[in-house]
Amino acid sequence: MDKLGSLFLPPAKSTNAADVDALFGFISITSVIIFVGILIATIAFIIIYKRKSDNDVTSLNDHNTTLEIVWSIIPVFLIVYVFYWGFTDYLKLNIPPANAYEVQVIGQKWNWAFKYNNGYTSPNELHVPKGRPVKLVMQSRDVLHSFYIPDFRIKHDVIPNRYTTVWFEAIESGESVIFCTEYCGTSHSDMLAKVIVHEEEDFQKWLKESGGRPADMPLADYGKMLYTKSGCQTCHSTDGSKLVGPSYKGLFGSKKTFTDGSSLVADETYIKSSILNPSEHVVAGFAPVMPTYQGILSNDDIDAIIEFIKEQK
Amino acid sequence: MSTSSGINADLGLKLKRFVTPDHPEVNYAQAEKGIKAWLTTVDHKKIGLMYLGAIAFFFFIGGLLALLLRAELWTPAKTFLDADAYNQVFTLHGAIMIFLVLVPSVPAALGNFFLPIMVGAKDVAFPRLNLLSFYIYLAGATFSLYSIVTGAVDTGWTFYTPYSATTGTSVVSMTLGVFILGFSSILTGLNFIVTLHKLRVPGLTWGKLPLFCWSLYATSVIQILATPVLAITLMLLVMERTLKIGIFDPALGGDPVLYQHFFWFYSHPAVYIMILPGFGIISEIIAIFSKRRIFGYWFIALSSMAIALIGFLVWGHHMFVSGQSTLSSIVFSLITFFVGIPTGIKIFNWVATMYKGSISMRTPMWYAMIFLFLFTIGGFTGVTLGTLSVDVHLHDTYYVVAHFHYVMMGGMLIAFLGGLHLWWPKMTGRMYNERWANIAAFLIFTGFNMTFFTQFILGAKGMPRRYYNYIDQFQSLHQFSTVGTWVLALGFTIILIYLLQSLGKKGVIASKNPWNGRSLEWLTTTPPVLENFTYTPVVIHGPYDFHKPIAEFEYGIESHGHGHHDASVHHSNEESVNA
Ligand code: HEC
Ligand code: HEM
Ligand SMILES: [Cu+2]
Ligand SMILES: [Cu+2]
Repeated sequence: MDKLGSLFLPPAKSTNAADVDALFGFISITSVIIFVGILIATIAFIIIYKRKSDNDVTSLNDHNTTLEIVWSIIPVFLIVYVFYWGFTDYLKLNIPPANAYEVQVIGQKWNWAFKYNNGYTSPNELHVPKGRPVKLVMQSRDVLHSFYIPDFRIKHDVIPNRYTTVWFEAIESGESVIFCTEYCGTSHSDMLAKVIVHEEEDFQKWLKESGGRPADMPLADYGKMLYTKSGCQTCHSTDGSKLVGPSYKGLFGSKKTFTDGSSLVADETYIKSSILNPSEHVVAGFAPVMPTYQGILSNDDIDAIIEFIKEQK
Repeated sequence: MSTSSGINADLGLKLKRFVTPDHPEVNYAQAEKGIKAWLTTVDHKKIGLMYLGAIAFFFFIGGLLALLLRAELWTPAKTFLDADAYNQVFTLHGAIMIFLVLVPSVPAALGNFFLPIMVGAKDVAFPRLNLLSFYIYLAGATFSLYSIVTGAVDTGWTFYTPYSATTGTSVVSMTLGVFILGFSSILTGLNFIVTLHKLRVPGLTWGKLPLFCWSLYATSVIQILATPVLAITLMLLVMERTLKIGIFDPALGGDPVLYQHFFWFYSHPAVYIMILPGFGIISEIIAIFSKRRIFGYWFIALSSMAIALIGFLVWGHHMFVSGQSTLSSIVFSLITFFVGIPTGIKIFNWVATMYKGSISMRTPMWYAMIFLFLFTIGGFTGVTLGTLSVDVHLHDTYYVVAHFHYVMMGGMLIAFLGGLHLWWPKMTGRMYNERWANIAAFLIFTGFNMTFFTQFILGAKGMPRRYYNYIDQFQSLHQFSTVGTWVLALGFTIILIYLLQSLGKKGVIASKNPWNGRSLEWLTTTPPVLENFTYTPVVIHGPYDFHKPIAEFEYGIESHGHGHHDASVHHSNEESVNA
């Protein structure tokens, strides 16, 4: 049964996943049994009652009360059973335990940010402890998104102007993928993130060390890391090619012209304001679609990115 | 259903037997000649055929777009389209297939052609309105296509807000197109309801109405009740975009989830518009090719009517993870299940109809069997999706994509093909090549399962829908699915070839009743004459009374009508009543 499940379902890595899988399995197997029954009956009838001549005499019987009651009642029982099972599991999925560890989630075109209670914001990587319920409080900065972790069997829409929540408890450490499952435009399918499940003590350690650059890492390298992790690379290249946004190649120190006709030389201040307040200056030839990173990237992070951009000559 | 009443029925009419020849001297297509006569015709048969042509054309376009989509998914990221192009193509594919193909398919093409004949009428109740609705359909379609040319829409066929309220693409013209199409749908529905109530020939009681007509009746009720809601929703969307009134867009103070309620309030009932007529066709085919009375006639007829009404109460099953309240989700799940049961029972009815029948596996019957196979899978997976906790995992994945293709393409489209093969000889007077027809049916069945069964697995494994890019582990399944579309395409191409070939010089002439049917369309000439019958048929036996000699179905009274579309004639029995 488990083997069969793994052919069709992703690995089950949360406490609720096994329940969902069991119900999925029950419905699928019951369906297959009934389906095969219908198929066999149909094929048998085709063979047994094959037309022999145009004058064949056929039965005039067009109802059979017992049969009709039986085939109505059985599905009703099955359906009520399946509904009830789905309903109790759904309640479990929807009611987070009171002691759940809370993380704030921000979805925007086209990345995720995870904010911890120590003030640190981790872009596109959700770090959680194993064996402890985690509750996500989610909001969108623009259009609808939907937060989906297949390995945990959870999903919920993320809506502007409104908070929604999901919760889970991971049962093994490791990484799983996070998808956006509500269509949100060009890079909807690249709105990926990772959930990284740590052992409890590793998680505490990560939490303590998070928010900063590892001591031995050069600033520009850290900037590069943020560039990939925060999703800048979906819109900005470093090789001069034009994606959704302008390339970083040769950006620093160049003269930029904006849609309103004004222009500026790209210095540190300009880059910082582009990240925090992108709609202020919109580069000519581009749509104003860059999301703001206000509240997601700290000042130190932005300094590191500026160093990284300076290196893209 | 009366089975044993004498020939003079209890109708008090002086009946005469009318034996129609196989072929008329002048059939409906020869009666009015030239392109202008076609374009301005009020003959329901020609209008039906024009719809058929338009629908086939849009199906061809929609199909090409589907081939493009699947080819692009051969590799993750870019194969040959960029992300924006891909998103526009899936939006167009969905919108064309749903609004331009499936919604009008069976009712507007086959229904228009056959419903009046099956009730013995000379035309629908409002022939001019019928022509108008065809032109409204064309106008709506043109509007939608116009939006392809001018910058293309990329919101998906669901037009969810606030995305659709913010993208820079021509959502307005696309939604206006759909809005206009809605009127065509409403007018057709209205026409059918009045035709069914007012134009049935003497003796054709509700209990003797072919199930195809019952299914169109139920469909028409939904079209009239649900389509206005879609129209209102789309209008609100257009107003929001053009006048900046905040309704759905949170940036303007609106509520995006409200849009989803409106949208599914129409679109769930609309899935019944997209399947009930298919049920009707399947009932006709299974009865004729099993030579057997339908098992549970009244159950099939009335449960469709019930679904048409109760189907309005389940829209929330599309919104289990959207942020609607938990209580609503629970109630919607429960109602969804109960609406599903009668549909399941219909499948039992169809199989039971074959029991002790005389089964002839001609092409239409093959399609009916393919329908049973695919639609049953579609229904069962619908139950999986209706289950609250399981839907949380499966919602907006390829599992949903597979589910609705099994019901819409495996159900309605296959039923449409079945109906097309059942009635092609009647419509055109020609018989297609059955060997090729069976080969094509087999290819479509195989290609369909390759394409879409794979997607159940993809979805269960967590592959989200509307994804241009995907993670590497899904690639082999995606490629298998893509190969399936080529098999499908081959099947459809073969159909196109043999159908066209049957119309040519070498085409085989069909007789008036090639399958030995009993409903009224089989009693008139092939192809029918302009006003369908040269007399007013009187119905004595039920449409599935195959045990009665065909002669007993050929009674009628002289028709006194002159001039086309003098609808009142059918009803003025006064002259012929035997006092
Ligand atoms: C959704 C796509 C998108 C993402 C993600 C994105 N940007 Fe941008 N960005 C743009 C676009 C489009 C522009 C040009 C229009 C404008 O100036 O607002 C731009 C402009 C900029 C500019 C000014 C560039 C110039 O040539 O003048 C900088 C600097 C910048 N982005 C940095 C970033 C950083 C750092 C990140 C990641 C933390 C990021 N962007 C993420 C789309 C994006
Ligand atoms: C046994 C009957 C059926 C049941 C119980 C059922 C149930 C469902 C459920 C619960 C969903 C939502 C899934 C999700 O989004 O997570 C769904 C989606 C869908 N169903 Fe069905 N369904 C049934 C039959 C049909 C039929 C007959 C059709 C059309 C002919 C249909 C067409 C669709 C479509 C188009 C969608 C997806 C809409 C979208 O998101 O784009 N279903 N179905
Ligand atoms: Cu998305
Ligand atoms: Cu629905």
